[in-house]
Amino acid sequence: MDDNYKNEFGVFAERPKVEKKIYDGKYIFLGLIIFFAVVTSPLWQNLGKAIPAPVPKLDTPVIQKLAAKDRKCVEPTAFMRANHMQLLDTWRTEVVRGAKRDFVGPGGVRYTASLQNTCLDCHSNKAQFCDQCHNYVAVTPTCWGCHLDTGQKLAEAK
Amino acid sequence: MSIDRREFIRIAGLSTLLGLGGKTVWELLAPGQVEAQLMPKANALAAKRWAMVVDMRKLDEATAKKCVDICHKVHNVPDFANVKDPKLAVPPAEANRWQIKWIWTEHYHNAFPGQEHEYVQERVKAMPFLLLCNQCENPPCVRVCPTQATFRRPDGIVLMDMHRCIGCRYCMAGCPYGSRSFNWRDPRPFIKEENPAYPTREKGVVEKCDFCAERLAKGQMPACVEAAGGGLTFGDLGDAKSKVRETLKANFTIRRKPELGSNPQVYYIV
Repeated sequence: MDDNYKNEFGVFAERPKVEKKIYDGKYIFLGLIIFFAVVTSPLWQNLGKAIPAPVPKLDTPVIQKLAAKDRKCVEPTAFMRANHMQLLDTWRTEVVRGAKRDFVGPGGVRYTASLQNTCLDCHSNKAQFCDQCHNYVAVTPTCWGCHLDTGQKLAEAK
Repeated sequence: MSIDRREFIRIAGLSTLLGLGGKTVWELLAPGQVEAQLMPKANALAAKRWAMVVDMRKLDEATAKKCVDICHKVHNVPDFANVKDPKLAVPPAEANRWQIKWIWTEHYHNAFPGQEHEYVQERVKAMPFLLLCNQCENPPCVRVCPTQATFRRPDGIVLMDMHRCIGCRYCMAGCPYGSRSFNWRDPRPFIKEENPAYPTREKGVVEKCDFCAERLAKGQMPACVEAAGGGLTFGDLGDAKSKVRETLKANFTIRRKPELGSNPQVYYIV
C-alpha cells in the first residue's frame, strides 16, 4: 500500500476501497471458452490427421510419347521443384524486357522460354501438375489471369 | 540493464554493415544463373529502328479490315461490339470507351486533325486510314508510366510489360493518338477464337500494338504487314537500303500530329 495516494482534490487520503470482483464472471468466462473453442476448432478437427502431400502427375500424352532418356525438364527435376518460380520470374522479365526468348538448358538444348508454349506443351495437365501443389501450400500465382491453359483446350479438342 | 542512444545507434549501424556483407545479400546481388542462360532466338529479326509505311493508295476497305482482323485474332483482342447475350452487352454510352483496339481505321479528318479542310480531295476523304501505335521516338506514354510497364526498346519498339501494368491509365492520357485501350472488364469471354500461343489480358490493364514483338522474335513480319499484301512496308530505318527507307525516299509521306514532338514512326503515303 503506497502512502502517497492523492484523491481527486489533490489531498493525501486513504485509498478508496474498491471491491475486487468480476461482474458477470461466469458469462464472460463461458463466452471466452466458447470463443476459443470455435476459433481453434479447425486445429482440433484436423488433429492427428495428415493431409497427403500432392504427387504431381507426369502422365501427359506428350511426355509419354517421349523416350525415357528424353523425359527431362529444362533443368534437373530437383532444381525445378525448388526454383521453378524464380526461373519463371526471370523468364518473364528477360523475355519481355530483354527480348531473350530462348533458354539454353544443361547440355545446350534450346527451349523457347514460354510458360504457355513450352511448359504447358509437356505439362498439359495444369490441374494435376500446377494447381494441386499450389492449393496444398495455399499460394495463388497470378499467371493464369492472362496465360491460357492451353493443355486443357487441346485435351478437349482431342 | 539499459543502453543509451549512442550505444543503440552504434549496435544498429554495425549490424547493418554486417548484414550487407552477409552471404544471403551477396547471393541476392550476384548475377543470376538463369539470366545467363537466356538469349535471343537465332532467327530473330533485329533492327536499329523499326518503322512502318502505310501506303493508302494500296489499302482499300477490305484489305484494311483484313489487317485489323488478323491482328486482333493473333493477339486475342476481345470484341465487345457483337455480344450475343444481352446481359453481357456493353451499355451504348460505354461502347467507345470500352472498345479494345490495337489497329483500327479512321477517316482523314480524325486521323490527321488540323490538316483537314472543307475541300479535301474526295479520294482522300473516303480512305480508311489504318491507325496503330506510332512507336514514337519520344513516347509520352513511357515518360508518364509510374511502374515502367511501358518502355522503349533500343530498336524503337514501345512495348508493354503486362506483368507490371497497374492499370493507372496515365499512358492513355499521355498518348496523343488514342492508341491505347483499357480493359474495363474481363476480356476472355469476348475473344471469338483464342490463339493458344498468345496470352490474353486481364481486367484492369492497358494494351496496345507492339509491332508484333513476339513475331519479330521468331523471325516473322508483323501480322498486319503480312495480311496487307504490299500496302504496309515494315523495316529498319537504320539501314539505308531497307525497303522502308527506299519507300520513304521515293514518296511524300505524312505522319500523325508530328507537331507534338513525339516523333511518330508510322508514315502515311496518301
